[in-house]
Amino acid sequence: MNLAWRDVRHNLFRFVLTCLGLSLLMAVVLAMIGIYNGLVADALNIARAPKADLWVVEAGTSGPFAEASKIPAGTRDAVARLHGVVEAGSITYQTVEASHAGRALRLYVIGHEPGRPGGPRAIAEGRAIGRSHFEIVADRKTGLRLGDRIRLGRNDFTVVGLVEDVMNSGGDPAAFITLADAQVLQSQLAPPAQRVQEARGAGLLQSADTVAAVIARLEPGANLAGVAHTVRQWKHLGALTQAEQEAVLLGSVVDRAKRQIGLFLAILLTVSAVVIALIIYTMTMEKLKQIATLKLIGASDRTIVGLIVQQSLALGLVGWSFGLMLILLVKDYFPRRVVLEPFNAAVLAGIIVVVCIAASGLGVRAALKVDPATAIGG
Amino acid sequence: MASPRTPLVEIEAVSKHFGSGSTRVDALRGIDLTVRQGEVVALLGPSGSGKTTLLNIIGCIIPATEGRLTLDGELVFDGRWLRGDLRRLRLDKIGFIFQFHNLLPFLNARDNVALVLTLAGRPAAEAQRRAQELLDYLEVGHRAAAMPALLSGGEAQRVAIARALANRPRIILADEPTAALDSKRAGIVMDLLRKVAAEQEACIVAVTHDEKIYDRFDKLFHLRDGVLEDQAEAVA
Ligand SMILES: Nc1ncnc2c1ncn2[C@@H]1O[C@H](COP(=O)(O)OP(=O)(O)OP(=O)(O)O)[C@@H](O)[C@H]1O
Ligand SMILES: [Mg+2]
Repeated sequence: MNLAWRDVRHNLFRFVLTCLGLSLLMAVVLAMIGIYNGLVADALNIARAPKADLWVVEAGTSGPFAEASKIPAGTRDAVARLHGVVEAGSITYQTVEASHAGRALRLYVIGHEPGRPGGPRAIAEGRAIGRSHFEIVADRKTGLRLGDRIRLGRNDFTVVGLVEDVMNSGGDPAAFITLADAQVLQSQLAPPAQRVQEARGAGLLQSADTVAAVIARLEPGANLAGVAHTVRQWKHLGALTQAEQEAVLLGSVVDRAKRQIGLFLAILLTVSAVVIALIIYTMTMEKLKQIATLKLIGASDRTIVGLIVQQSLALGLVGWSFGLMLILLVKDYFPRRVVLEPFNAAVLAGIIVVVCIAASGLGVRAALKVDPATAIGG
Repeated sequence: MASPRTPLVEIEAVSKHFGSGSTRVDALRGIDLTVRQGEVVALLGPSGSGKTTLLNIIGCIIPATEGRLTLDGELVFDGRWLRGDLRRLRLDKIGFIFQFHNLLPFLNARDNVALVLTLAGRPAAEAQRRAQELLDYLEVGHRAAAMPALLSGGEAQRVAIARALANRPRIILADEPTAALDSKRAGIVMDLLRKVAAEQEACIVAVTHDEKIYDRFDKLFHLRDGVLEDQAEAVA
């Protein structure tokens, strides 16, 4: 006869209600973990999308994500000729405020050279860009569909393909266009003063034929450090390996957001722990008289500790599973990506188990202290 | 009832005080008392006279300050506990009946009784069978599956008695067992207890305030300020 289960069954409605409350809390904790992961994943995704080995950027910058970087488009040929480089592609990144179906739409526009590194990793629907102008491949989160037309700058683009989960660290969904289109767009959207300057032909680096970075892929076994070193010796150019690029993204671009969410997560976990402890303590206090009776009729301390610990574990784990189900059901409705790894859920379960056992400690202490004489009364 | 039968509870020179110094309460002073097999005795006395304290000492729930306690021929207390495992002692020798039935609200009547049997190590099926037998014996067998909240006061008290009897204890302690019952039901419960004492060769020590049931007891012990009055008379 399992006393814990019998007691739960007797107050099933209340137990379920408590579990539901707890599960909402768990869902929030899991959502927070998911948002945290999503932030990191998004930041890395955009940098991993081109499958680059080396990023050639403007000297002295950690571009193109962390800082603005501008290099001449011709750099690509120079990089491609380096020993060990298999292919290289120019790329630009810019955030564009467009409008679609009467709504403002922020796009993270990636200009790339079709056939060279920098394009979308995988097309989920439709096809890759086939013509050299006015075609666009967009992330599903933009809300665009195949065949939609969207105005960027002074030109209309046709959506020919859709990708998934490509966005920048700010959460703006990506849109791929050709490098040539991107450069035109850049000049069209540039501040008027700069445009006047450019019309006069002033400033080489200000000219339209610049890109943000050149992406290089190396032969397997090629000397990455050597190639990077060579590039760094060139005037005005710098180089970041893929690993360095990811470190820059995590270290600076999303670092503050990460810490913010991390701290909030810690607070949430503390709150959950306190709530669980409180629930279990109250649950035990309500049963003190019954516990005294149990002691009097000869129940061992183990039976009594078992009753409390089992109930609190059940509470925690049921709350956790409901919470997990809940978050899995709603996670796709979040405006930004919520990434939950089985590992995260398992760690949370572990934390819950520890919290529940610790929280039972309070109740168990009270239960073991209670005098069996209190059952007799009088 | 005069035939000298085996003593089940023997109390010798038991005193109990709580606290010390100015807050010291002498709850019991020099109590001598013997209860024999088959006897049903009552502890009477005004509130605060030490009835519950005496019952708790017999039930090995609290230790006396001094004196000796022998249960069923085994000396269990002589200024200190002589047995390490009081829980086992209670489980084997003593059954408790409370003023309020104190049934566990989350177990049905039969499981409340079966619980003490499983705690004593009986297999579940046997515990269930014996629990049902006991309930039948106490004429509440038809309510075996009911939860305590749905039992009437008299039914609940009979289930509690069944629980107290489950491990065939030889000493049954009851603190105001009929206080929550009307006089008719109180009479029925007392008759039951008498029957149990006779048939199971047990003894019953009950605290009561209920004058209407005094005639159901073999002996009445009057406590006043921690002293047994009858004893005082007997000595005089
Ligand atoms: N744990 C305790 N600590 C201190 N004093 C106590 C304790 N238990 C009982 N007493 C005191 O001992 C005396 C006897 O108490 P007891 O409970 O035995 O009385 P009682 O005869 O059962 O009274 P009632 O009829 O009201 O139940 C009282 O003065 C009581 O205040
Ligand atoms: Mg009392």
